[in-house]
Order: sequence, then structure tokens, then C-alpha cells
Amino acid sequence: MAARRPGERSLLVPLLLPTWAMIGVFMVLPVGVMALYSFLTREFRGGVDWTFSLSAYDQFFFDRGLFGDEAPRLQWAYISIFWRSIWQAVIATVLCLLVGFPTAWFIATRPARSRGVWLFLITVPYWVNLLIRTVSLRFLLRDTGPLNQGLMSLGLVDAPLPVVNTNLAVQLGLFYSYLPFMVLPIYAAVERYNFALSEAAADLYASRWTTLREIVLPLVKPGIVAGCLLVFVPSLGAFLAPDLLGGAKTFMIGSLIDEQIKGSQGNWPFGAAVAVILMTLVLIALVAYARSVTRERSA
Amino acid sequence: MKGVRHYPGFTAIALGCLLVLYAPMIVVGIYSFNGSTSLTTWGGFSLRWYADVFTGEEAERFGMATWNSLTIAFMAATVSTVIATAAAVAMVRGGRFRGKAGTFALINLPLMVPEIVIAVATLIFFSTIGLETGYLTVLIAHVTFCIPFAYLPISARLQGIEGTYEQAARDLYASRWQAFSLILLPLMAPGIVSGYLLAFIISLDDFIITNFVKGAGMETLPTAIFGSVKQGLKPNIMAISTMLLVVSILFVTLSYLINRRGQKTLVQQGDRA
Repeated sequence: MAARRPGERSLLVPLLLPTWAMIGVFMVLPVGVMALYSFLTREFRGGVDWTFSLSAYDQFFFDRGLFGDEAPRLQWAYISIFWRSIWQAVIATVLCLLVGFPTAWFIATRPARSRGVWLFLITVPYWVNLLIRTVSLRFLLRDTGPLNQGLMSLGLVDAPLPVVNTNLAVQLGLFYSYLPFMVLPIYAAVERYNFALSEAAADLYASRWTTLREIVLPLVKPGIVAGCLLVFVPSLGAFLAPDLLGGAKTFMIGSLIDEQIKGSQGNWPFGAAVAVILMTLVLIALVAYARSVTRERSA
Repeated sequence: MKGVRHYPGFTAIALGCLLVLYAPMIVVGIYSFNGSTSLTTWGGFSLRWYADVFTGEEAERFGMATWNSLTIAFMAATVSTVIATAAAVAMVRGGRFRGKAGTFALINLPLMVPEIVIAVATLIFFSTIGLETGYLTVLIAHVTFCIPFAYLPISARLQGIEGTYEQAARDLYASRWQAFSLILLPLMAPGIVSGYLLAFIISLDDFIITNFVKGAGMETLPTAIFGSVKQGLKPNIMAISTMLLVVSILFVTLSYLINRRGQKTLVQQGDRA
């Protein structure tokens, strides 16, 4: 690091001010306003009334019956949407891990010159418009799409496999959307792995799979955890995959928020509350991740 | 003996992974040249759906949306790259200072918060301060979420440049501005170009946030495509999607090649030094 000359520190504030201003005013502040909104009262014509109320959260968690006189019961409609979203995101994450780890391993064991090209091939789809990729997947999987036509002309199936509008389609869509996020951090971890350890294990008569389980996996675990987080978080709030590949039965958090904010029957405080709950879940996942990292370092 | 690096099946999975990633895009690319009005019956090679994009009944809507997308991407990438370059210089060359960790978290925030949450928050914010949603609100939102994407390659590049170059310049009585503009900026250029291109694609591709803050009547290319897809998948969507796909791949490839060449020149300069 270069030695500092006097007076250079005075530049820090003007250099950083635009970043602070843009992200602070147009991202941090809006998230704060949204949190505030979730505690306001809904007005009938879509707007809000600036009086404090817990009704958005009340509507999310409880069912008070028609006239509100009964004792509150937990209401499952919205909680089950969250539960389904978490479940879908978990399945997508597991699928990504099962495919992403071997892929990352394969790239990391290529000769150094060609690794860049393999990595590039994995990252290109990420930069292609997610909307277009999801539409493409829908086209491919349709009942009359190329996949089903191909399977039928090969005589492998008699009738088209109904994939679109099912949970499976959404899981495939999430898997397809976020797969590169799994490969990259695992690759970074495997690349640092010292293969002499595998050779030592082999010399001591460990099988390949024992070596993988006992030596490789514990050492590349930080990359795996990071990859899982990078797939899980965007999957949880995904909108396009459930909207374009799923049907009414695959409604996820993203669609619920969209419906409450943009729909004609919308309820902004309620939509804001759903977004706040989603953000809280993500924060919990992030904090758990940060703690696992610090524990790993101190161990 | 194939060595300890080899696991049976891993190569097949890796190649399968690439197939899964590319197959849908390739299939859509192929079918965009389908001469038939039906989506999936092959009617011979034809460019009719590409012609339809420019002259068909949706041509005007797509044209307007493309214009909005390109102008917004151009401005958002330019502004966010300038902001990110300034931030990278401060973060990488500024040594330790108070608030550095906080600033780092702030820059990465747009990457960590789910897009739909940012979308809702931004819409509610604009509505609260009474700013009518439209072109301007989309532009502001794009500048904000493009900052981290521009920042990453720029700061990575800057970290690879030793401070000795600027020091030598300062020792030879260059002013601070001269040391920056004549020495550091040319060295950073590949990172800056790469960051600019990535910010451009991210802006061009964004759907969720744009869809929330665009207001009625204003469309960008992704929101226009989404609107059409909701009406039903049509062959002209395949053609316009293929074009957008090619543009994105072209930009990423360009960004990758510039970055790689930049790294090579940096290594060569290091060898000479």
C-alpha cells in the first residue's frame, strides 16, 4: 500500500458521497419508508391513511372471523405461501448443489489455461435476460414444445409430459435461473484445495468417495455454504419463474407481493408487510451465514 | 489410474449442466427462424418474424420500448460507472478509515436484498415523496442498482495496480490530478470499461424493479416482452428475444475479452518493472 500523503484523506468524502447519496437515498431510505408503510392503515382507493395500525401483520398471521369478535386463530393462507416458497427454494438449492458441485470440480481440475473459458461459459447465461431465459424454458417444456415433441417422436412417451404449471416446472425454473451462483463460489473453494491431500488419502488406501466425504467436503464447505445462500435468497423472492412456469397452485411470495402492490385489489400496507417479512427471513439467513463464517475462521 | 482429481460421472454432469444452461436459449434461437405461424411446427427457414418485429403490428410498441431501454441503459451505465469509479478509488486507495466497512456493506446492499423488496420499497418511496412514476424514476432506480455491478470489476482491477506508479508520478512533481488522470486512469481503463458494459447489460435486462417503478404507459423492452408473453407466446417474441440475447452475449464477451487483455498487459508491465 502506498504511503499516504497529507491531504489525501480530505478526498475520501467527495469520492464516496455520490455512492452514499444514491444508495442511501434511493435504497436504504425506501426500505425504511416501506417498513413504516407496513404499519399504516389501508385506504379504500388503494392509498394509505397515515395512522398507525398493525392490521397488515394481523391480516397476515391471524384470522379473526367475519366480524372480528372471535378469538384470533392462526391463519394459514399466507403462511402456507411462505412455507411453499421456502420449500421450493430449498429444492432448487439442493438441485443446484447436486449439479453445481461436480461442475465446479470439473472446471477446477481443467488445465489452468482453459479454466477461464469454462467459467466464462458458466457465467454467460447469468448475464442473459432472466425474463428471456424463463420464457425460453417455458417454450421448451410446453406440452407441444420441442422437448415433448422429441420425446414423443422417439416413442419414449405416449402423451406429452405435463411439466408447465406444476411445482416441478417452478423448481426447474429456479434451478435454471440461479445455477451459475452455485458453481462460482464452489469453484473458488475447490481451486484453492490442495490436491496433495487427496493423494495422501489415496496412499493411505482411502477410496475416492471417502476422500471426497472426509477431506474435500469439509475444506470446501465455505464455498458450498456461500453458493447455497446465493441460490436460496433470490429463489425465495423469485417472481418470474413462478409467474411464467407455474400456475395458480404454485403461487409464491414474489407473486403475492406483486398482486398486493400492482393488482387492482391491492393493499399497499399489506404488500409492504409481506416484503418486510420476506426481508426478515433473508436477513436471518444472512446472519446465520455470517456467524458460520466467523465460527469457521476462529476454529 | 486417472489420478485423484478424477471422479466418475463429474464430467458428464458438468457437460449436462452446460447443456441445461444453453439448450432453452439455443432452441428459442432456432425457432425464431421458423417460417410457420405456428409456434412449434417447423415451416422452413425464414426471417419473417424478424421482419415482423420491425414492421408488424407491435413494431411501434417494441421500437419505443427499445429506445427507452437503450437510452436508460446508456445513462444509467454512464452515471453508475462514474460513481463506482470514484468509490473504488476511495475504497482501495484510501487506506483504513472510519465507515469503510459500512460503505462496503452499502455498496453490496443491492446485491443482497431480494429484487422484489427493492422494487416495492422504491415504488412506495417515489409515491410518498410525490414523484410521478415514469422514465425518470426508472432511470434513478437503474443508476442505484447498477452501482455494485460497475464497482466489482473496477475495484478488482484497482487492487491489482500497485501504488508505486502513482507514487513515482507524484515524486516527479505530478499534481494529484495528473497522477490520477495520466497514470492511474489509463491503468484502470479495462476495469472501467468492463464495469460499464456489465452495468449496461444489467440495466438493459432488468425486469422486476422496472416493472414496479415505470408507471402506466411507459415500457422498456423486458416489460414490453413480458406484456406480450402474458397474452400468449408468439413467434415474434422469439425473434426479439433472440436479438436481445445476442446483444447481451456480445456485451459480456466484450467485457470478458477486455478484462483479460487488461490483465495480460498488467502482467507484462509487471515483468518489465
